Amino acid sequence: MSEPLLDLEDLRISFPAGPERLNAVRGLDLRIGAGETLCLVGESGCGKSLTAMSLMGLLPREAQVGAGRFRLLGRDMARARPRDWAGLRGRGLSMIFQDPMTSLNPVLGVGRQLTEGVIATGGLSRAAAEARAVELLERVGIARAASRLGQYPHQFSGGQRQRLMIAMALMSRPRLLIADEPTTALDVTIQAQILRLLAELQRDLGLGLLLITHDLGVVAAIADRVAVMYAGRIVETGPAADIFNAPAHPYTRGLMAAIPVPGRTPRGALLPAIPGRVPGLTGRLEGCAFRERCSVAVPACAVRAPQPAGAHRTECHLATEAAP
Amino acid sequence: MLVYLLRRLVVAFCVCLAVSVLSFALIFLAGDPAIAIAGSGGSARDAEAVRIAYGFDRPFAVQYLDWIGHVLTGDLGRSIYFNMPVTEIIGSRLPVTLVLGGLAFLAALAVALPLGILAALKPEGALDRAALLLAVTGQAVPSFWLGLMAIVVFGVWTGWVPISGLASWQGYILPVAVLAFSAMPAMMRITRSGMIEVLGSDYVRTARAKGLPAGQVILSHALRNAVLPLVSLAAVQLGVLLSGSIVIESVFAINGLGRLAWESLLRADLPVVQAIILILSAVYVLLTTAGDLLNAWLDPRIRGAG
Ligand SMILES: Nc1ncnc2c1ncn2[C@@H]1O[C@H](COP(=O)(O)OP(=O)(O)O)[C@@H](O)[C@H]1O
Ligand SMILES: [Mg+2]
Repeated sequence: MSEPLLDLEDLRISFPAGPERLNAVRGLDLRIGAGETLCLVGESGCGKSLTAMSLMGLLPREAQVGAGRFRLLGRDMARARPRDWAGLRGRGLSMIFQDPMTSLNPVLGVGRQLTEGVIATGGLSRAAAEARAVELLERVGIARAASRLGQYPHQFSGGQRQRLMIAMALMSRPRLLIADEPTTALDVTIQAQILRLLAELQRDLGLGLLLITHDLGVVAAIADRVAVMYAGRIVETGPAADIFNAPAHPYTRGLMAAIPVPGRTPRGALLPAIPGRVPGLTGRLEGCAFRERCSVAVPACAVRAPQPAGAHRTECHLATEAAP
Repeated sequence: MLVYLLRRLVVAFCVCLAVSVLSFALIFLAGDPAIAIAGSGGSARDAEAVRIAYGFDRPFAVQYLDWIGHVLTGDLGRSIYFNMPVTEIIGSRLPVTLVLGGLAFLAALAVALPLGILAALKPEGALDRAALLLAVTGQAVPSFWLGLMAIVVFGVWTGWVPISGLASWQGYILPVAVLAFSAMPAMMRITRSGMIEVLGSDYVRTARAKGLPAGQVILSHALRNAVLPLVSLAAVQLGVLLSGSIVIESVFAINGLGRLAWESLLRADLPVVQAIILILSAVYVLLTTAGDLLNAWLDPRIRGAG
């Protein structure tokens, strides 16, 4: 098997918070193989966006990041400096953001915004870049694409703008595409269209896709693998079918309370609420971060469980007995 | 864009019209112009004679139309004090002020823009703090004091520049520098705060994610948005600078528009005051309109691109 697009071990992201540090991502492992769709799910605030941003080298200035192992598109990014990221962004690595209303520059034409990236990174001529832009705009479902290159973002609807963002991300022919809740800011009716489009493109172009989403129905429909994140760590990861059929971590089972099953789960089924609150991330967290909300917690949970190797990994002492 | 342009020009015209009525009415608000012209020592008969000679006895609307008709043909009346056409007097003072103000504006902008951008790249960094100090100084130090100090240091002690007057081009250096120093801070700070905001925006993040080089992200994505408020501010600042500064013109013994306005007010030379108000108002309207048009050119949302 060829080298995975992303091979990340023990990612840590923290922020200064008074005398202590806010440890937002606390030792996260993630692998994405070529052409694979990995869905990252978890409650709001658990560190999904930070993880995505760290893969783009776009963390806020005040964030401190470190990783035991960080290989991205065959490069070692463990100690990458800003200049090293320039070699990846728009050169195999692309990202789609959450809010298409604010993610496009309001004063520049969309044609320019689509083409400038590949002109700068890929050395494409303007004409070649424009041809590719038209082709991609048509591919993402924007009619009369050629005539719209001269228009400005405010002349497009929210859904169309996210299509523009997708086309823009694909301009550089990425191998790994990161999409951070790409539909959360859109109308419910449009959400499904955009996600279907993403899934189609992923399949047709053989993209590696890291999709962060709240929509378990979508996860069930398009994920090859699922990673469940809680309080800055991946608590369970494995093939999508396994996770849906046999969720092993109590947190995952809480999320799956609506019993979403591939093919049967309705679209738009959001993560159900689990009673209790996410623990504060400031300072050190001993043991399982979920144990205070967990209905099956035992004294052993005060110490973090080892994650056994394998395709389906769960960070829980009770995983084996609890699994059906 | 054409619609926006026309709309903006119509507005500008209406404002000019209103301003002309107001500046004409100003003479009457200030008191009976006939008495002012006849002098406080003059008799009622003198005042009456003046009233008839100058046509102050006619209805207001007639007087206004008469006056504006002359203004439009370039006749701003005669100065009571100099007994000369107002256009000639202003014509001898205006160029000095325009050159001085224009140069000061360019100098202020040339410092404010790069400094504001650089300060925004590393907020709270050493350069940002230095820029802030400079800005606070520029706003806090009175320009008459700065002007006098500059004269003492560069004129009297070192003798690098003439201590007053604009006989040679060196004479412009100090007044331009002092004017620019007081105009720069506001423009620098609006550039800085605009850049900081825009650099944190989602679309700048998108531009970075595309793999654009940092320079392109800053100059073509961020700056283009951040200058919009600067343009509006700069239009007003330029207006202020072109109006002439009484303080600077007095300190440096320059015969510009600012001093003329001040002296004419003291002499109750109403036609001159009126003409200056009219001209300056027109300049302001022109500048703010130009600023709006520039912003419309920069921002498609304003011009309603379609
Ligand atoms: N710039 C920042 N400064 C301090 N804390 C931050 C910053 N950005 C994010 N965080 C913290 O990191 C945590 C994870 O954030 P995020 O990755 O955005 O969560 P998610 O995308 O999963 O909703 C949040 O709880 C938040 O408090
Ligand atoms: Mg998020």
